[in-house]
Amino acid sequence: MSDPIITFDKVNKWYGNNFHVLRDINLSIAKGERIVICGPSGSGKSTLIRCINRLEEHQEGRLIVDGVELGDDVKAIDQVRKQVGMVFQQFNLFPHLTVLENLTLSPMWVGKLPKSEAVARAMEQLERVQIAEQAEKYPLQLSGGQQQRVAIARALCLTPKIMLFDEPTSALDPEMIKEVLDVMVELANQGITMICVTHEMGFAKAVADRVIFMDQGQIVEENTPEEFFNNPQNERSKDFLSKILGH
Amino acid sequence: MTTTTFKPIAARQAPVNTEGVIPWMRSNLFGDARTTAATFIFGGLMLWFIPQFIDWAIFRAYWLADSDACRAEGVGACWGVITEKYRLIIFGRYPFEEQWRPLVATLMMVTLLVASCTRAFWKPWLVVLWALMLSGFFAIMMGGIWGLEEVETSRWGGLPLTIMLATISIALSFPLSLLVALGRRSNLPAIRSLCTVFVELIRGVPLISVLFMASFMFPLFMPVGVTIDVLLRVLVGITLFQTAYMAEVIRGGLQAIPKGQVEAAATLGLSYCQTQRKIVLPQALAMVVPGIMNSFIAIFKDTSLVTIVSLYELTGALKMALGSDSDWRSFYIEGYLFIAMIYFVFCFSMSRYSSWVEAQANKGKQR
Repeated sequence: MSDPIITFDKVNKWYGNNFHVLRDINLSIAKGERIVICGPSGSGKSTLIRCINRLEEHQEGRLIVDGVELGDDVKAIDQVRKQVGMVFQQFNLFPHLTVLENLTLSPMWVGKLPKSEAVARAMEQLERVQIAEQAEKYPLQLSGGQQQRVAIARALCLTPKIMLFDEPTSALDPEMIKEVLDVMVELANQGITMICVTHEMGFAKAVADRVIFMDQGQIVEENTPEEFFNNPQNERSKDFLSKILGH
Repeated sequence: MTTTTFKPIAARQAPVNTEGVIPWMRSNLFGDARTTAATFIFGGLMLWFIPQFIDWAIFRAYWLADSDACRAEGVGACWGVITEKYRLIIFGRYPFEEQWRPLVATLMMVTLLVASCTRAFWKPWLVVLWALMLSGFFAIMMGGIWGLEEVETSRWGGLPLTIMLATISIALSFPLSLLVALGRRSNLPAIRSLCTVFVELIRGVPLISVLFMASFMFPLFMPVGVTIDVLLRVLVGITLFQTAYMAEVIRGGLQAIPKGQVEAAATLGLSYCQTQRKIVLPQALAMVVPGIMNSFIAIFKDTSLVTIVSLYELTGALKMALGSDSDWRSFYIEGYLFIAMIYFVFCFSMSRYSSWVEAQANKGKQR
């Protein structure tokens, strides 16, 4: 097994003085691994993945992403962000730019690519998520599922090594969840390292190499999907699974 | 189990007309009892007042410049005061024979202003055009070159002065207020405190006292013999004042941008400047166009306060024109109506332009 691409070493985070949101997180993620993180709300799942691209800062412990230790060094953070793409629950597309402009913004302005190359790359990604015909529309003219697929394409434009998904289908209505999950499954089969916070257990069973269950800021259990869903080891996991798999 | 096919119901016209003039009147003027009562009350007031006003302003008005005839019984508005005094009102104390110079200079400025409002002119060379126009403007107004007689800035007045002060204040205060608004939201404590103190201090005093201080107290701090031109002092005063107000308007827009936008930009690797320039400011400014235009219109009318430092712009020139002439002193209503019309034309044009800008800025939001 190669060197892990992400390492959490006794990472702790507090919001303010009293709210201990991440407690002694120890986690190693290998290159190309697909991880699903699940758990009740407030368990720190989003905070965990937001620490990976330094949208949140941890106060204790070491966090190493793609060989770079995340600290206060701005250059290191920029370097990490070039390798880590993120998809948000609220899509966070730029509403005043067309879909194509949303995708070419970063390659042109950060990657310094010439416009034609950036557009070619953008169209390639749009075709990958099957939304190329909407390239000239504005995000608000698209449905939720389409917007999320554009968001995924936008993150992929920078050819990241790691993709983070923060509850990507939670804001979508049920008919559209499938189209986004299909895109994510296809991505997963292409070798990209994926860390996904989601409540979609079907997706976890289909794609994940490991399922991590978190509660109250700590990792309660981590196992392969088959083991986790059929044979949970921890009381808390059993309790959680009985509630969500019931309906 | 057999399944039925989906048979869509064809769309039909609504039974009662809701679009058009009569339906509008029916719903807005006579919709319910209270609306109908209001229509009758206000309609009645207008029917009483407007014919009286038109009678005074047009039918019984005396149009020639004869002040004795104007004071006769039964005469309405005396528009002769305008034909008699318009050059003094519009150009102030600028020397009479040289008044073609402010006319030319102002026409140049207004033409370039109107041109700058159109998309065709939003190119980098517009800055060069503006630099040329401004130097031309000051050269023509000031004189001393090209064989023109020199006219000192304290004699400039009337509409050219109003337009010049408003234009330059607007052009300078907008970028400054952007910086102050961004500064107030900065993470660096020094910049944040500086911008906050600036805004709170300036907003704590009226414009008239800022102008007063700029004009009379500022020179006390200058070394002996160094005088700063009165126009410059007044420009600095108005610009700083409006910067503080506009900065708060812009800050309101910045606050309304969801944090997710900045986070998405961060994950894409954009720097602070790139994020502000490409993501935050376009959205924030599009949102506060009404507020910013409001500030611009306020600047245009705030210029009337420079009378306090003896610069006779449009309003001051009117008071000077009528106040110093005993024949025409009582016809101040006509004078004020005249300059009110001038102010209205400019301010309403800005207002209409603002609607156009809003429509342009919100193109992306149409579903």
